[in-house]
Amino acid sequence: MIKFGVVVFPGSNCDHDAHHAAKDVLGQDADFIWHKDTSLEGADVIILPGGFAHGDYLRTGAIARFSPIMPAILEFARAGGPVLGICNGFQVLLEAGLLPGAMLRNRDLKFHCEQVIVRVEQNDTPFTARATAGQRLTLPVAHGEGNYYAPPDVIRELEAARRVIFRYSDARGEVTDAANPNGSVNNIAGICNEARNVVGLMPHPERACEAPLGSADGLVLFESVVTALAQRGAISA
Amino acid sequence: MKRKMWSAMKARVFVTLKPSVFDPQGKTISDALHSLGYNGVGDVRQGKYFELELAAASAEQARTLAAEVADKVLANPVIESYRIEID
Repeated sequence: MIKFGVVVFPGSNCDHDAHHAAKDVLGQDADFIWHKDTSLEGADVIILPGGFAHGDYLRTGAIARFSPIMPAILEFARAGGPVLGICNGFQVLLEAGLLPGAMLRNRDLKFHCEQVIVRVEQNDTPFTARATAGQRLTLPVAHGEGNYYAPPDVIRELEAARRVIFRYSDARGEVTDAANPNGSVNNIAGICNEARNVVGLMPHPERACEAPLGSADGLVLFESVVTALAQRGAISA
Repeated sequence: MKRKMWSAMKARVFVTLKPSVFDPQGKTISDALHSLGYNGVGDVRQGKYFELELAAASAEQARTLAAEVADKVLANPVIESYRIEID
C-alpha cells in the first residue's frame, strides 16, 4: 500500500476529492498535510490539490508557494518523489519554479467549468504509466486562469524533451483551437519537469474517478503512480 | 525613547504584463472603449499597483528593498515586469 499526501492550503477545495480518490476509490492510504507543517510524514506521493489557495490573492499560487511545507516538497521532488499538481496545485508548482511557465487569464476572460477531452501525450511519467500515448481522457476543468504561457524558447524545449504530457483535443484526438478551453500555447493542459517525476495539469482527474460523476477516466493517473512506485521497488503492490 | 535611525519611505510599484505577453483583460477594455467611440485610445494594458511603506535610510536603500520584494513576490518574472517610484 502506498501513502498519498494531500497538501491542504487555506482555500484548497479539491483536497477531499483527491483524498477520496486515493483512499476510497483506489484503496490506498491517504493523509492530509497542512500547509504549515514542515514534514511530509512519510508520504510516497504528494498531491497539490485544486482550489483557491490564499484566495488567489496577488497571483494564483503566489502566496502558497511560500508555505512552510514547500521546502519539504521541493526536497521530495528533487529526490525523485512523484508530485502531482492539479489546477491550483499546478499553479503553485509554476510559482514555486518546480515547473516552467505561468498562467494567464483565460483568453475569453470566462471561468470555464465544463468537461473537456485531453490527449495523453507521454506515458513515461509516474502519473501516466498505465495510460497509452494518444489515449483520450474526459476530465472536468474549473478555472479562470488556465491559459498556459511560457516564452517561445521554453515551449520549444518542452516540446523537444517530450515534456508536454496532456493536450486539449477533440474526441478523435485532433488538437484543434476549438478544443482549447483557455488559449493555452500549443493546447497544453499538462507538463512535467526535466526528471519527469513532477507533473502539473489544469483538468481535475480526482473529480473523475467514478462513473456516476460523469467520467472515471481520471483514475488512471492514480493507478499509474501506484504501478510506478511498485516498479521502482519503493513498495510492494 | 529610542530615536529612529530610519524614516518611513514610500515606494510605488507598478507591475504589468511584459509587452510580449498577450493581455486578454487589456484587450477587452480597449475593445469596450472603442465600442464607446473612444477611437483615440489605442492599446490598453492592465496591471497592478502596490504602495509599500519601507524602513530605509535613503531613497537608494528603499529602491533596493522594493526591487527585492518585487522580484521575489510582487511580480512573476515569467510574464511580468515592474517599475518602481520612491517618495
